[in-house]
Formats: sequence, structure tokens, C-alpha cells
Amino acid sequence: MKKVIMGNHALSYGAMLSRTRVIAAYPITPQTQVVELLSEMCADGTLDATFIKVESEHSAMASCIGASVAGARTFTATSAQGLALMHEMLHWASGGRHPVVMGNINRSMAPGWSIWTDQNDSLSERDTGWMQYYCSSNQEVLDTVIQAFKVSEALMIPAMVVLDAFALSHTYEVVDVPDQKAVDRYLPPFAPEIRLTPSDPHAFGGLTSPEHYFELRYKLQKDMEKAPALIEETGRDFEKAFGRPLGLVDAYRCDDADFLFVTSGTAGSTARVAVDALRNEGVRAGNLRLRVFRPFPFATVRKIVARAKKVAVVDRNISYGCHGIFFQEVKSALYGRPQAPPLFGFITGLGGRDITVEHFKEMAAQTLSHDRPEEEIGWIGVKR
Amino acid sequence: MKKEKKMTLTLPVEELMSCGHLACQGCGATLAMRYMLKALGQKTAVCIPACCWAVIDGPYPYSSLEVPIYHCAFETAASTATGVKAGLVATGDNETTVVAWAGDGGTFDIGLQALSGSAERNDDIIYVCYDNEAYMNTGIQRSSATPYGAWTTTTPVKHFKNRPKKDIVAIMAAHRIPYIATASIAYPEDFVKKMKKAKQIKGTRFFHVFAPCPTGWKSRPDDSVKLARMAVQNGIFPLYEVENGEKTTLTLKLTDRKPIGDYLRLQGRFRHLKEPDIAVMQAEVDARWERLLKGCEAA
Repeated sequence: MKKVIMGNHALSYGAMLSRTRVIAAYPITPQTQVVELLSEMCADGTLDATFIKVESEHSAMASCIGASVAGARTFTATSAQGLALMHEMLHWASGGRHPVVMGNINRSMAPGWSIWTDQNDSLSERDTGWMQYYCSSNQEVLDTVIQAFKVSEALMIPAMVVLDAFALSHTYEVVDVPDQKAVDRYLPPFAPEIRLTPSDPHAFGGLTSPEHYFELRYKLQKDMEKAPALIEETGRDFEKAFGRPLGLVDAYRCDDADFLFVTSGTAGSTARVAVDALRNEGVRAGNLRLRVFRPFPFATVRKIVARAKKVAVVDRNISYGCHGIFFQEVKSALYGRPQAPPLFGFITGLGGRDITVEHFKEMAAQTLSHDRPEEEIGWIGVKR
Repeated sequence: MKKEKKMTLTLPVEELMSCGHLACQGCGATLAMRYMLKALGQKTAVCIPACCWAVIDGPYPYSSLEVPIYHCAFETAASTATGVKAGLVATGDNETTVVAWAGDGGTFDIGLQALSGSAERNDDIIYVCYDNEAYMNTGIQRSSATPYGAWTTTTPVKHFKNRPKKDIVAIMAAHRIPYIATASIAYPEDFVKKMKKAKQIKGTRFFHVFAPCPTGWKSRPDDSVKLARMAVQNGIFPLYEVENGEKTTLTLKLTDRKPIGDYLRLQGRFRHLKEPDIAVMQAEVDARWERLLKGCEAA
């Protein structure tokens, strides 16, 4: 059924259709509508779930972890400061192998207080062992929640479904809300091999000596390495069932492109418009939007990027003292490849400043007019 | 005529805590776990944050308990237990008692926010704080449960703890949860009786358990039970219940409350105290005792 809904409600519908059984969440702008709608769904019986209205995001994730280890499908949502407060528990969820799925609305970190979008909140959690999906439409948000549960529960690794504050969270779009029965066929109930129950008592997460710890982390990485193929496979199955693909990347006019943008989130949608405009001007441009950031889709990125002559990586984030984070990752994927094209890294849109088609054209112009970047970081739209 | 007395067992025989645990000799927290499990039985799940018990249970892949354990983050005993309960109910298990089992640091200090949250929501868990009056697992640092006068590694004798212990029971009573009890390893029958009573109640139940720590208190391991008994009998750790935040009942009445001096003298952590310091402590214990009696009368 088609509905006009906001990005936040796309998360709620995704959690509802996935038959989430336990939700624990704490309100934060711009995430609040996610949990408001879920509260209503739990209250009126639309969703058969327990909603634990916790007193902090830290407790939200702790409760999700507890529910997950007991065998319940578990969802939460947060943003920025809330995600940062959860940091300790993010390690706990992945280290304990609890496949919690969480919506995160990309919001800039304070101070100064900001409620507008950039990616530093979620990218600061890059190394916590969570899968990260970055979405560019409300449809993709809803679909990704369902796919994320399927992938996470197969690998016992938690996942973050990330969307831009306001640009997506509060933007209304037409979304095809799938039929519950079809979702049930795609996503069977959560049935972990081992769970916390008195009928089969285990101690979870006890003191682990150097004799064992290393292997637990090795296994986490090995399972993370299985994720790209599984995301592609579950994405193909999703397309068969619902008619929409869900791959590692969204490659737009990349096949014959000499010049590529590498983007993520809603900036990836703006980039498509810029690509069309550049094509009209005679530039064979393309846009590689990374949908999955963790695990990093090395093979796919290498394959697509190697075909281009020039590449502009667009970061709405920064690792201070280094560079844009997507830029670093793409660069590391291409290191040592003889056919690797020159990479230009651009930082733009921090604190929710608009990233416009004009900005993309500026990045294209700078990239196309130089053999190598003039500056280590290309700053776009900053007053300096 | 003499009536023949038949010996009756006053505690459940079932043992859900086995040997092989890693506690220090004379550990009060170990007895506390044993009595709790005797009362609650096998259909119990225990969430343990960072505390002595995170180690006592045994390293991966071992466990000395025959009930499932989830080792959770320091400040999350209550919130994790709440999640476990919700998760078990979601999978059709309405029976299992879920316990958050934390030390005083994890309860009085770092875990207080999550505990308050659970209590306010009246989450269906039993929260047990086994109180050894300092961060013992990290090597005896002061917590807000450390009593006035005590030496710890962060309250050296030249600057011993100069503030009284936080009144955790009063804090929990202010949440109006259905059941709160204090319990002592020196009174196992009272302990088990209260725990069995709590098991039958729905909502947040809170236990404050006095758990002597020879390592941190610099006392003899074979004095642990004696010290726990003395603390009850001198009013330092009275045994009582608070129901619905209102009805306070002493479960052991004291007709002849002892002075605290003998109790202090058995512990190295109080050895530096002079008579005036002890007088300050005695006055505080007396005042608290009077407040408790007034609370009981009001109920």
C-alpha cells in the first residue's frame, strides 16, 4: 500500500513489519517521531511488542541487548548525542553478538548545539562492530530495516540504519509499505541458536582471558566479511519479493563514466541531479552512492571506481587532523591498484549546511581541471 | 515429659551455586548469592555488571552457577535485567525471575540512574545490591556506600571518608516500589524468607544485602558472618522491609542495641579512628536508628 510518510515513520513501519518484539528508546530530536509512532502501535495493538520507555539512550541499548539475548527481535532509534552516549553499549551489542537493529538520524555533534545533519555521529561509531547502512530515500529506509534484520540475525551482528536529519527524517515521500504476509515470508521469526534461558543455562560475556578473547574478535571480523555477499543475496531476494533492489551500492550512470562522485545519504540523491546536468554539458559523469559503509564494500568500490579517470569523494563529515572519512576509506580500497584514478576529497555540508547541485558542479570543475588536488582537503561551501 | 525434637531444615536444600568459584576466603557476597538462589530456585536469570561477582562466577567458558548469567556493563544491571525480562516474556517465558545482581558501586554510584529508571517504571525485576562498602574488585576504592570513618585506597587514613553512607533504601522507598528489604548473610532464614516473599510480588523489588569483605575491610575471613551479625545488632545495618514505599517494618527488633566499638575494632579499615571519630559514627548510627523507628511507627 502506498503512503506518504516521513523518513522517521519509514523506520517505524520497518520495525513494525519486521515484527519487532521489544523496543527500548529515549527521545531525541530529530528521532522523536520514530518512537512516537511505535508507542502508538504498541499501545493500540498494531504491533505486539513491549516498549520500554527508558531514562537514557545508554539504558535503551542495554535493554535492547538484554531482550536480544533472551531471544526477542529488538529495535531502537537515536541520534547524535544519544548515539554517543550509547557508545559503550554499541561495543557490547556487537561483542556479545546481539543482532539489534537501530535507526540513527545523522545529526551534528554539539557544541554548539545543532539539530541539523552531518555524519560525524554515526561515523564516530565506525569501529564498534556494527553494520552501517546509509539511506537516501524513505522507501530505502523502510526496506533497509527489514533487510537489516535478515542480515543481522543470520550473522549475529547488529546494524544501524542511518538517515539524514530533516533532509530525510522529516521529509515526506511516497513509500510503498509492503504487505505483512510478504514481509513474513521474507523475514522469518528470530530464532537464535543459543539464548539466555534457565532451561539451558549459560554465562554470557564472562571474564575472557587472552587465551580466548582474540578468537572471539577474529570470528566477528570473519562474519563481518560474509556480510557483503549476504547483503547482495538478501537484496536480490528482496527485489524478487518486492521489486526494489537493495545492494551494497547504488551506482548511477557509472558504467561509461569518466568522472565519478562517491557519495552517501541524501547527498547521493542531489548528486544524481548533478550527474544529469554534467552529462548535458558533455561530461560523462556518474554517481557511486555507498549504501553500506560497514562492512566496507571493497570489491564493489574497486570494480566501479577503477573504470573512472577522475573521482570526487564527497564527505559530510571529518576526522579532525586527517580527512573526510569516506575519502580515507575509498583511498584505502584503491591503495596499490595500478589503475587507480586520482581521488579528490571534498568536505561539505557540516552542521546541516545545504549541499546543492551547484556545489557538486564546483567539485566536478575542481576535479576535472586538475591532475591532482591542490589542497589535501577540498572545502566546499565554507566561509573562510 | 520431654518431647522429642525433630530436626527441621530451615533453608532449601537445593544448591544452585557450585564449588569452583573465585571468591576470596570469607566473602560475604558469595553467601549472599547462595542464599538468593536457594530462595528463587532454578528458574532464575541473573544479570551481573562489573563487580566482584563478574569475576567470582568464573572465567569464560566456566560458570559456578546453574542458572543463566548475563554479564552486563557496569551501569546497566537494572536496564539489562529489564530487557531480559521483556525478551523472555516475548518468547513465551512468563515464569523466570530476572535478577539484577550488583555491588554497591554499581548501585549507589554508576548504576543509580538506570536503577531509578527501572524503579520508576516498576519493571518486573528483583534488584539485589550486595554491599561491601567500597569498590573491592578494583582494589578497595571508596564508593558512596563507604561509611564515615573508613579507610580505603582513595580515602587514606589522613583523609578518611568524611561523609556518611548514602541511604539507598530511602532513595528506593521514594520510588514507591512494591517491595524493599534489607538482608544479611548472618540471618539466612530471614534472607530466604524475604526473597521468597519478593518472588511472589510483581514489579521492582529491591534488596540491600550487607556483604562483609575481609580483603577490603582488613578483617579475618572467619569473622565475616560475625561482623554481619554485629552490624545488625548494633544498628549499623538493621533488618527491615519497606512495602510500597510506605509501610516500614523491622524484621528483627533489637531490645539491647550494642555500641559500635567492638564491630569497628575487628576491622583494619577503622583502626586509625580515635574516640571522637567513633563518637561521630555512633551518633550517626543512633540518629538513623531513631529515624527508622519513627518510620516504623508512622506505618
